[in-house]
Amino acid sequence: MRKQMEGSQAVAEAVALCRPEVVCAYPITPQTHIVEGVGALVKSGKLSPCEFINVESEFAALSVAIGSSAAGARSYTATASQGLLFMAEAVYNAAGLGLPIVMTIGNRAIGAPINIWNDHSDSMSMRDSGWIQLFAETNQEAVDLHIQAFKLAERLSCPVMVCMDGFILTHAYEPIDVPGQSQVDEFLPPFEPVQVLDPADPYSIGAMVGPEAFTEVRYLAHQKQLEALTAIPEIAAEFEAIFGRASGGLLQSYHTDGAETIVVALGSVSGSIKEVIDTMREAGVAIGAINITSFRPFPLEELRHELSEAKRIVCLEKSLSPGLGGILASNVRMSRRGTGLPVYTVIAGLGGRPVTRASLTDIFTRAASDDMDDLTFLDLNWEAINEQLSRARDIRHSGPIAENILRTLNPGGVQDASSRSAT
Amino acid sequence: MESKSSQRLKFYQTGTHTVGNRLLDDAKRTVQASINRSNAITSGHRACQGCGEALGARYVLDSAMRVTEGQIVAVNATGCLEVFTTPYPETSWQIPWLHSLFGNAPAVATGVAAAYRVKGRNEVRVIAQGGDGGTTDIGFGCLSGMFERNDDVLYVCYDNEAYMNTGVQRSSATPPAARTATTPAVGDAPGNVFGTGKFVPLIAMAHNIPYVATASVADLHDLEAKVTRAMSIKGARYIHIMVPCPLGWGSASNETIRIARLAMECGLFPLFEAEDGRITASSKIRRRVPVEDYLRTQKRFAHLFRKGHEDTDRIQQLQRMADYNIEQFGLVESGEQQ
Repeated sequence: MRKQMEGSQAVAEAVALCRPEVVCAYPITPQTHIVEGVGALVKSGKLSPCEFINVESEFAALSVAIGSSAAGARSYTATASQGLLFMAEAVYNAAGLGLPIVMTIGNRAIGAPINIWNDHSDSMSMRDSGWIQLFAETNQEAVDLHIQAFKLAERLSCPVMVCMDGFILTHAYEPIDVPGQSQVDEFLPPFEPVQVLDPADPYSIGAMVGPEAFTEVRYLAHQKQLEALTAIPEIAAEFEAIFGRASGGLLQSYHTDGAETIVVALGSVSGSIKEVIDTMREAGVAIGAINITSFRPFPLEELRHELSEAKRIVCLEKSLSPGLGGILASNVRMSRRGTGLPVYTVIAGLGGRPVTRASLTDIFTRAASDDMDDLTFLDLNWEAINEQLSRARDIRHSGPIAENILRTLNPGGVQDASSRSAT
Repeated sequence: MESKSSQRLKFYQTGTHTVGNRLLDDAKRTVQASINRSNAITSGHRACQGCGEALGARYVLDSAMRVTEGQIVAVNATGCLEVFTTPYPETSWQIPWLHSLFGNAPAVATGVAAAYRVKGRNEVRVIAQGGDGGTTDIGFGCLSGMFERNDDVLYVCYDNEAYMNTGVQRSSATPPAARTATTPAVGDAPGNVFGTGKFVPLIAMAHNIPYVATASVADLHDLEAKVTRAMSIKGARYIHIMVPCPLGWGSASNETIRIARLAMECGLFPLFEAEDGRITASSKIRRRVPVEDYLRTQKRFAHLFRKGHEDTDRIQQLQRMADYNIEQFGLVESGEQQ
């Protein structure tokens, strides 16, 4: 039923419709409303049977899910940012054990400096963990991807991360269609684990593997991701057949026919990109966009096909690999290797900085005439950068960078060392 | 008890006080004395000769199997027990067994217990286990969380007082003055520091969980009785077992049991039980010995006894720790104070 609601609440309801049997909760902004929502549904009896477990850390949250999934229960948790990093060891472990856990990431920057706002650094840090990573463009897609995620995870016995932009999606109120229980039950069969801890048929799960077999085990993890390249579109089609709505898949193209410039992005920023493309198309610029839903597995072939007519590619991404540049761009280049086409990287929206239509229009216009560097930081404040660089050059004891930058941006807002010592 | 994992065993010992003593009444014999005993960890594993942990784990799990009629799942922290029981591509485990990480065994066990609860299979019980490093250090946060929620898990710590699997490094359970690879026996104060101590059974009791006990491979009947008691209770339970490590302690592999007994008899390792945060019983020392008798059996304390340079101050400090335990836990019958 379509109703006005918060993205997090809609995801909580969608997760509950999937009948998870164990849900582990630990608060971290901006994901918290989701587990609160699921918790309320369990407490009120609307989601039953379900064990809702308040744990003492994100590391414990995913560890509990590892135990419950290995014992055959459909298991769910959610986290973000520092929380995802704190559970990193368990993230890799869940994938290595082949446990079909579904986890929401309310995408948020990673500190220091501590920052609660949106970017994709958290999910990107786990891109090689063996989890499937699906990025939602809208809250409707976030709802739909969660329902698909359980099916995908359990079909492949592989954990799935559904990534949704913190605040921009998690805290946005908008009309969202949360489907009915009977539709979800029709779409999602009960969990049939491929391995389960059971005294009636004992297994040892998680035994040590040495050099004689480790490469084979890792190859199979890669193979599983390649299988997901087929399973993801299949499941999206099954979803559309039951729910009457196209959602998910590997990637979504927007005005790519005849486009000379194609912008590639992940997540909610694609909405802004589409609006800018509409305007630029009206002005006669041959530009289109691709929103990548499945970042892992990365749809190399599908992307290569979609980009085959393009003359240039702009990767607009909310993450940064310091010392390299764009992470998405590096992946996109893999699909265009050998063509020599320019792939421009635009780093945007870090730590929640708004990605405005004006800035996007400007950068896409420059890209369309190949008037830009390989790597661009959108809306970078060069005055603040240069002041800090000169400060660090001139003074050995130049102090914490983050505080210095804030002082530059907002003189008087942050006390400098001399005035602080005087008070 | 007959189950899939039963294995008919031969016992060669007669007239001894070791496993399967046939001179005792049936009721007094250990689980291990039964020809039909369960066999949670089967032979062929790669534990060192004289390994206290292998012995302790087998007694714990076989006792728990008897109580639950084989309906147990074991979760294991990374460590010696995990490594020596699962040399690829073999496994010694005759029960369902899950190893995830070093520091998360209590949380993983919580998850397993939750899965069985939600499925209505309340007969299946969960045992989590780890060494002292996995329990008192890296897994401590998860352990406290599992206690505080009173999850239905028996957690067993096999305490050999250092990180043995990585090559004998200090843990928070390493006793003062002990030599380890990271507390070498050099300098003015060789070996481990005299810190403030971290005795996890008391911290477990501070959570008011229904059952806490310490045990030792020196008293296997007592260990079995405590596991049996623990398995009769629902909720979070904790058993902390002293398991000497010949490799890490520098002791003879045929002395494991004797050394564990000396640790009890000198007072350094008290045996007690507690329910709901209160001590309900403690094992009395029958023949009290000075700590020196215990310390001298192990090369990790050899620097305390160098000829002509006996470190009497620090031996006395260790003696005071033992004396304190004897008083605090009531380890000597009143009137028998020596």
